[in-house]
Amino acid sequence: MRRRAAVVAALRAYFDAQGVCEVATPLLSPQAATEPTLSNLAVAHPFAGSRDWYLRTSPESAMKRLLAAGSGDIYQLGPVFRADERGRHHLTEFTLLEWYRVGYTLSELMDDVAGAMAAAGFSRAIARLSYDDLFAGQFGAPPQVFANAELAALASARGLNLSAADQQDRALLLDCLYACVLEPALKTLGAVFLYDYPPELRAYARLGATQPVHAARFELVVDGLELGNGYFEIVDAEEQARCFAEENATRAARELPLVAPDSAWLAALSHGLPDCAGVAVGIERLLMVLGLGASVDEVSLFAHELDDEQHGACSSIT
Amino acid sequence: MATYSTNQFKPGLKLMFDGDPYTIIDNEFVKPGKGQAFNRIKIRNLKTGRTIEKTMKSGDTAEGADVVDLELQFLYTDGEEYVFMNPQTFDQLIAPAAAMADAAKWLKGQEMCQVTLWNDAPLSVSPPNFVVLKIIETDPGLRGDTATGGTKPAKMETGAVVKVPLFIEQGDLLRIDTRTGEYVSRAKE
Repeated sequence: MRRRAAVVAALRAYFDAQGVCEVATPLLSPQAATEPTLSNLAVAHPFAGSRDWYLRTSPESAMKRLLAAGSGDIYQLGPVFRADERGRHHLTEFTLLEWYRVGYTLSELMDDVAGAMAAAGFSRAIARLSYDDLFAGQFGAPPQVFANAELAALASARGLNLSAADQQDRALLLDCLYACVLEPALKTLGAVFLYDYPPELRAYARLGATQPVHAARFELVVDGLELGNGYFEIVDAEEQARCFAEENATRAARELPLVAPDSAWLAALSHGLPDCAGVAVGIERLLMVLGLGASVDEVSLFAHELDDEQHGACSSIT
Repeated sequence: MATYSTNQFKPGLKLMFDGDPYTIIDNEFVKPGKGQAFNRIKIRNLKTGRTIEKTMKSGDTAEGADVVDLELQFLYTDGEEYVFMNPQTFDQLIAPAAAMADAAKWLKGQEMCQVTLWNDAPLSVSPPNFVVLKIIETDPGLRGDTATGGTKPAKMETGAVVKVPLFIEQGDLLRIDTRTGEYVSRAKE
């Protein structure tokens, strides 16, 4: 408990010294997240007939509204909620440190993340590795060389059951290969910034201008464990609206509930978001790699309280 | 039989994969940074004992396997069939030699064994972790030789052959760990 407090205090001191302002934005929102891989936690509205509220899956929307209003560099440390996520490395409620740097490139943000990690007590050097190089190291060529059918064959060869729809879902196929092959490979590679993702895995990162097209995104991965995700942020409202529409198309294809696009987010971009890069780091996982525990349960005092029999099913015995 | 979703998976759950019954040994929730969630499971084939890893999309389902473990007493064998009894109900159950595998060579009668049934048919039998058996054949003991650490083979009353220290005599009773097949100590009945 005290070591957690010390790590958090060191991070706050780092941002204070860097002139990054702490902000607090609401946990409850009328807006659900559109990302197809996130499952929203709804809260029944106390007034019958009103729409549900949602517990935030990240503070990104609210923080971008602050950035568009001219906040400058900001950070936030607080809880986020993701339904259906529980395991050795996952909590339904966890603590996210999210920050934005105005005028930073993705590369400058990686240096900034390394600085914050060092301030928190992470003393290992962090290498840089492109997604293409990691993928080519395992499959002989970068992902853009492979057609969907070839990716599906690689995943099926590793025992995955893929439906006809799955075999057309390139993002899903790449995720399958990540889970089966790339993540185990990363376990042997120490601390790395994995950067320049395939465009299908862009999330809300901007796409590069050169061929082959990459998404300007990175993940900080330590011994196979993803600690953080950084983007060179989309500032064009139409591009962001297209992302939301594509996410809902993916939701439809995967037979998931559709989510109305976040209009406040789009309004902020229409108003004018400055060029910026942003990143979010999971605090419980950071505490794990700092040696405070081997699972998120060991670094989170109350993790067990929500574990009914069903959720306990995902925790592991090894 | 019920089907189970990945979010109900836990160690010990028995499931069917490719027509064979498996038990889950380990279940790990894996999710790429912004991606689809998966469950990476380690499962043991209850027929062959082989352990494999399998990755499934979270939310996918698998059929439950009708597998139950019973504590039954071994009564006797005619060499092909092995007869067990439930000491509570006195019901008898016959296991074929194939289900016995290595268990058979440790049993002489009366032992309580774990018998695993799949669709009500015996699938595998686990002997007690430790058994006491008499040596029926081994080279004469080297008296006093308790220090050199040499071993010799000894044939037990059930036919099993165990490596034993040189000082052990024919007719001695030995305590044996059936999981490793190794000699533990001498025993007094």
